[in-house]
Amino acid sequence: MRSRAEGARLLTLLGLAALPLVVLGVFFVLPVSGMLARGLWPDGSLDLAGVVEVFGRPRVHRVLWFTLWSAGLGTLLSVLLGLPVAHLLYRRRFPGRGALRAALLVPFVLPTVVVGVAFRRLLATGGPLGGLGLDGSAAAIVAALVFFNVAVVVRAVGSTWESLDPRPAEAAAALGASPRQVLWTVTLPALRPAVVSAASVVFLFCATAFGVVLTLGGLRYSTVETEIYLLTTNLLDLQAAAALALLQLVVVVALLLVTQRLRRTADPAREHRVGHAPQLGRRDLPAVLVSLVPLALVVVPLAGLVVGSVRVEGEWSLAAYRALTRPTAVLPATVQDALVTSLRTAVDATWMSLLLGLLVAAVVTRRSRSRAERRTRALLDGLFMLPLGVSAVMVGFGFLITLDRPPLDLRDSPLLVPIAQALVALPLVVRTLAPALGGIDDRQRQAAASLGAPPWRVALTVDLPVVWRPLLAAAGFAFAVSLGEFGATSFLVREDHPTLPVVIYRLLGRPGDLNAEMALAASVVLAATTAVVMLAVERLRVRSLGAW
Amino acid sequence: MSHPRPRRTGLLLAVAALALASCSLTAESDGPSAPATSGEAAGGPVVLVTHESFALPKKLIRAFEAATGYTHEVRANGDAGTLTNKLVLTQGSPTGDVAFGVDNTFASRALDADVFDPADVALPPGAEAYALPEGGDRLLPIDSGSVCVNIDTTWFRSHHVTPPATLADLTEPAYRDLFVTPGAPTSSPGMAFLLTTIAAEGDSWPDYWSALMANGTRITSGWSDAYFVDFTQGGGDGTRPIVLSYDSSPAFTVKNGRSTTKALLDTCFQQVEYAGVLAGAANPAGARAFLDFLLSPEVQAALPESMYVFPVRDGVELPADWARFAKRPTSPYSLDPAEVDAHRDEWLTTWQDVTTR
Repeated sequence: MRSRAEGARLLTLLGLAALPLVVLGVFFVLPVSGMLARGLWPDGSLDLAGVVEVFGRPRVHRVLWFTLWSAGLGTLLSVLLGLPVAHLLYRRRFPGRGALRAALLVPFVLPTVVVGVAFRRLLATGGPLGGLGLDGSAAAIVAALVFFNVAVVVRAVGSTWESLDPRPAEAAAALGASPRQVLWTVTLPALRPAVVSAASVVFLFCATAFGVVLTLGGLRYSTVETEIYLLTTNLLDLQAAAALALLQLVVVVALLLVTQRLRRTADPAREHRVGHAPQLGRRDLPAVLVSLVPLALVVVPLAGLVVGSVRVEGEWSLAAYRALTRPTAVLPATVQDALVTSLRTAVDATWMSLLLGLLVAAVVTRRSRSRAERRTRALLDGLFMLPLGVSAVMVGFGFLITLDRPPLDLRDSPLLVPIAQALVALPLVVRTLAPALGGIDDRQRQAAASLGAPPWRVALTVDLPVVWRPLLAAAGFAFAVSLGEFGATSFLVREDHPTLPVVIYRLLGRPGDLNAEMALAASVVLAATTAVVMLAVERLRVRSLGAW
Repeated sequence: MSHPRPRRTGLLLAVAALALASCSLTAESDGPSAPATSGEAAGGPVVLVTHESFALPKKLIRAFEAATGYTHEVRANGDAGTLTNKLVLTQGSPTGDVAFGVDNTFASRALDADVFDPADVALPPGAEAYALPEGGDRLLPIDSGSVCVNIDTTWFRSHHVTPPATLADLTEPAYRDLFVTPGAPTSSPGMAFLLTTIAAEGDSWPDYWSALMANGTRITSGWSDAYFVDFTQGGGDGTRPIVLSYDSSPAFTVKNGRSTTKALLDTCFQQVEYAGVLAGAANPAGARAFLDFLLSPEVQAALPESMYVFPVRDGVELPADWARFAKRPTSPYSLDPAEVDAHRDEWLTTWQDVTTR
């Protein structure tokens, strides 16, 4: 009797997971396996000796070590600097809060080649910050990693923090706990699942970052990802590339095992309600001071970008913006056309990743009744993190060699780009939704069901109110991920309808009257569009909420 | 206990849903991939696989489609190396009919992997000079250009320093901390410069690079940040007046009728880009028609302004700035493509050791 019920639960679980699993299988597992197979079975027979030889190379040890410590440090700093910002932006009210929230997400969408130029123009010998001597240093790389990723921590933790029940903290304070005690004993433990989730995603982003490492490190530093890129696109040494990709898989799995333990929800029965965020006050001064660091880190390069786009030969001018609207022989499309293409792709990628993300989050957060069930959920949870941790080059090349014949003749499909982007955004979406969904007391659902509510009604009245805010936060992420260029998609972009990042790369490819300024201007357009979309989402999310 | 929800929520949601529905999934519905088969003799799509620097004026593409009845489609990404490796990986199941952009440093890899079929297309006058020693029947030269050290002539004039002229000069103390070049592993021009030094210095090239590094040479990952960040004529606050770029670059720094930069013609490596019919192409006839098109006087004349390269065809008029300022080397360095392919791995490893020491 009991085992039958258990079997039924497992079946439901797999049924919900079926669509995401198929998508992941076809658009990630299959391409990556294809590339691994090419590398590990070079002539039809398994060549493990060659792989072992790759692991023995001193260069590989150096590269692995640099990858781990730079990503670790980047993650640590993103979390430490991101938490106070999350507190200010999601637990306090002040004018310009929405604009700041939106601005923080802007780095996410900027093509790395532009960020490289923007950062280096600040840091290079002749630049405004040239005196710091950071150009080409590991410190510059870590700073850029924080620049890109601090928004992940702020957004993911912030949206949980916002819907955290404030009453335990208030009670502790009323009982005489100091603000620091409240933070350490009440708030942070409640936030732990969200922090760990965000940190694991950030670590994977840092560990697979590649453009910034090359640009800012001046080729002195290599990560596993940059090595795979070099081995695949230049040397065509698929065996070594496969060996390094296996290494990435090991790192991801190890990370997932560690975070799975750390993420266990502290108190599943905790209540969610959105407290009224108080005005920014004097007691927030420490948080404000700490927040200035990450804010400066994000705002200064962005300001450099804007200034660079309106400085033409030492004078203020909008010539670059005007030039962008005219089609030329070099520009494959005007900036308007490219922007429309980018936005359309982003809309598709967003709804795809939200659909898949909701299904996955629902599957991984329901309370398990048996060990087998819990194991299955944990496995599924980890599986969907893989696209973040495995080289995008492998996926991109894998598409070409595995999706080339019926029934999966998909490599020329226009949907490939949004699907690839959706898979990259999926872990962010799941990680943003899961802490909220996981915090819902299952007894609420049971109560609703016993009162006669059908499953959709339960979802609508119990789950949706809690998930609504994180869902919008996740939509913002997915949209931003899609607008910026991410590895695998750059192997798929179709020339007939280039996206804005493609136009930017093209402009930075050769000398020309206004090429650099136009590239910066196009990046500003991309950044501004992102900010406007994010602001609109913010508005939607404030208006839509009553008090729950 | 809950506040009444404002009605605007519903409205906003409806608008959002509409916005979603109106543009999702339709992104490419107006694309050229829509079936265009009418009962014409020649027809259907001819698909070009190329790198991301490919560009031609729309007018010419339309003329090609009108003249041949084919519809033109492009699959472009990556650089010459990415393109070549993609072609090798998809050998036998190509993603298109014709490929453009494999250069003389990658040609032998593509030929060895049997990526191309014999093209059976006649070369125009002048192009023969750029043909490959081996496999010339499969890969046809389309354009050429040289990678050369460039200098900011205004900087040298205002600082009263004699400008450098040769590769050896770059290791002189007078030019300390003045040179910036993109690195060989991550940049095609960077690779070309490594090959220049190998062609010039022979087996002692690592010593030359040690001397370059000792003289304060800066290495960047890509050409863009060498030129636009570090170079004094790149529009930023660059501090280095010597940069690795192209022989055509001086045509793009013209101010008041004079170019502010100059290519050092004794430091050049010649790059030639080829095109060919892919083995297993669905439309080989269309591929051949496209090769003819690439070699036609009209396309050859459009190459400088679309792709910053020189035509291979004789008697093609260059744009005015090019004719005046883009001086070409008379005897650029070159290496046998087969030798490049055989040693690429080893050379890059040695280069990385020398430059990060």
